[in-house]
Amino acid sequence: MMDWAYLFEIALTGIAGGGLYALAALAFVLVYKATRVVNIAIGEMLMVGAYLFFAFAASFSLPIWLAVLGSVIGTGLLGAVIERTMIRPLLGEPPISVFMVTVGLASILVGLVEIIWTADQRRLPEFLPKAPVMIGDAFLAPKIAYGALIAVVLIGLVLLLFRFWRGGVALRATASDQAAAYSMGINVPRVFSLAWVASAMIAAVAGIIVGAIGGISSSMGVFGLSVLVVVIVGGLDSVLGALVGGLFIGLVEALAGSYLGGEYKLLATFIVLVLVLMVRPYGLFGTHEIERL
Amino acid sequence: MRIGTLKQSYIADAALFDSRTQKAWLAIGAALLVLFPFMASDYWLYLACLVAINVASATGLNILTGYTGLVSLGQAAFMGLGAYTVAIMQTRLGTPFLLNIVAGGVVAMLGGLVVGLPSLRVKGLYLAIATIAASFIAHFLFANLKLTGGTSGLSLPPAQFFGLPLDTSFRLYWVIVPVMVLMVLGAANLFRTRVGRAFIAIRDRDISAEVLGIPLLRYKLLSFGLSSFYAGVAGGLWAYFFRVVTPESFPLLMSIFFLAAIIVGGMGTILGGIFGAVFMTMVPELLKLVVDLLPGGVEMTVFLSPVRTVVFGLLIVGFLVFEPHGLAEVWRRIRRFFHLWPFRN
Repeated sequence: MMDWAYLFEIALTGIAGGGLYALAALAFVLVYKATRVVNIAIGEMLMVGAYLFFAFAASFSLPIWLAVLGSVIGTGLLGAVIERTMIRPLLGEPPISVFMVTVGLASILVGLVEIIWTADQRRLPEFLPKAPVMIGDAFLAPKIAYGALIAVVLIGLVLLLFRFWRGGVALRATASDQAAAYSMGINVPRVFSLAWVASAMIAAVAGIIVGAIGGISSSMGVFGLSVLVVVIVGGLDSVLGALVGGLFIGLVEALAGSYLGGEYKLLATFIVLVLVLMVRPYGLFGTHEIERL
Repeated sequence: MRIGTLKQSYIADAALFDSRTQKAWLAIGAALLVLFPFMASDYWLYLACLVAINVASATGLNILTGYTGLVSLGQAAFMGLGAYTVAIMQTRLGTPFLLNIVAGGVVAMLGGLVVGLPSLRVKGLYLAIATIAASFIAHFLFANLKLTGGTSGLSLPPAQFFGLPLDTSFRLYWVIVPVMVLMVLGAANLFRTRVGRAFIAIRDRDISAEVLGIPLLRYKLLSFGLSSFYAGVAGGLWAYFFRVVTPESFPLLMSIFFLAAIIVGGMGTILGGIFGAVFMTMVPELLKLVVDLLPGGVEMTVFLSPVRTVVFGLLIVGFLVFEPHGLAEVWRRIRRFFHLWPFRN
């Protein structure tokens, strides 16, 4: 006999957690759309954001809002530095080279975090409300609920920015046709920087929430693997895909984790990944590129 | 001094070793490989065996990624398949050493064929990430099947080679290094054949290759199969070398290590696979030596592992940004310098 209330509760937790995947996936898609770079280090950038927040909030004991601001700006700067030193010199190189550069980047970031903060697990200061959230009869852990809420608000904000802000329009123009955007007077290199900075900032927020829920450690970047699955399932260049994929993978992980066991979480997501790739190689909502000779 | 090469026939042009100088150097290299175990300490022999295993696996990945252009992050999983096959055959059946190694290669090859199946539909980075999926699924199977001994893994007795137990680095060296040399020579020869040339055509432009009459699926699968055969044999040697195989022995990081090795060495050159594997295996050891030499060594060793991680990443990024063709290109520049000296080059 199925316990429907339990199922509902788990599904809810999964979807709320999926909101975080969607947020991180948005950071990923942003960079991919503008610069065609698959940033496998997205989980590590998230981790850097969380650690900066830890440094500001716990070590320097700044107020929470200032710490958030500081870590978002700090991670944004990191994004700019990465773009300038590692990504721009590789413009025009095969995509796989740039992909490998982000693999190297991930390793560098993990090493730096371990040198500065050691590899031990740490807890972020509590800043989310503690009152449990009830949706109908279902109980939702407050951290996850508020984390999802922040994610949803931020996603909405980013989407609005893309639609109406000049920089957002330039970004979309560059994404759809680089040469045309260039000839219409859009400063394409600056858009590239912008995309990396914005992506790093979003990743920082996602990192702070993820860290607040589960604590931070130098192996936090594993979160990025699930995000990678999310964007591949949704389609690398689709914002809608990132959102739907995020919720879907969150749901799959929650169901697999509670009905089969924790070790089945990643297995289930990767099996979903393989199945989706077999049916739609470019993801559920990704652009199907037509190749010609 | 070699000024230039004059080739008068296609056979001479396609020869594996084309000049007398090259043959002389190879003979010196072979002699060094034979003499090495008699001069080196146990520590260096241990390293030499490890390097040889890594060279074999990196050469396999180079066939797939460097020559056929299919990026794979599943090399460690195939090594794991080989290692587990060898371990199971050795402990359950007690079959002879060479048979086990070959069986490890074949099982890994079958695994590679399965993972390679999507390669016709899925391309580039999608494929790279699909191979990550393969390595996760393999890890899950290793950790949860009864046959593989679960999370505690399997341990092996020393291999028997015609009644002689291979229980020291010195003895293992005489098995591992010849196998490695054979595999590298095999790979070098592969690209003088029809199959190897088809691989290169697929890498350069797969649609053009198909138009030219190369059946894509067959050759892509063949490339996956060959590369995982290499990985499986390397994994089998790995199993005999460490004599214990656990699911944690073959993490995703190891696949990244091999991809990094062929990037640092030079993709799509046989020499690159060798250089890369040697270099990437030796760098952490050299770092350890440097740290030991530094004053206040005890506190420094705490930082050894994260510093290694940073250096690993910096090597990948640095080579891609400054020397995208890897060490093999550096080597070619050095050679050219000596060929052209004293003229400008």
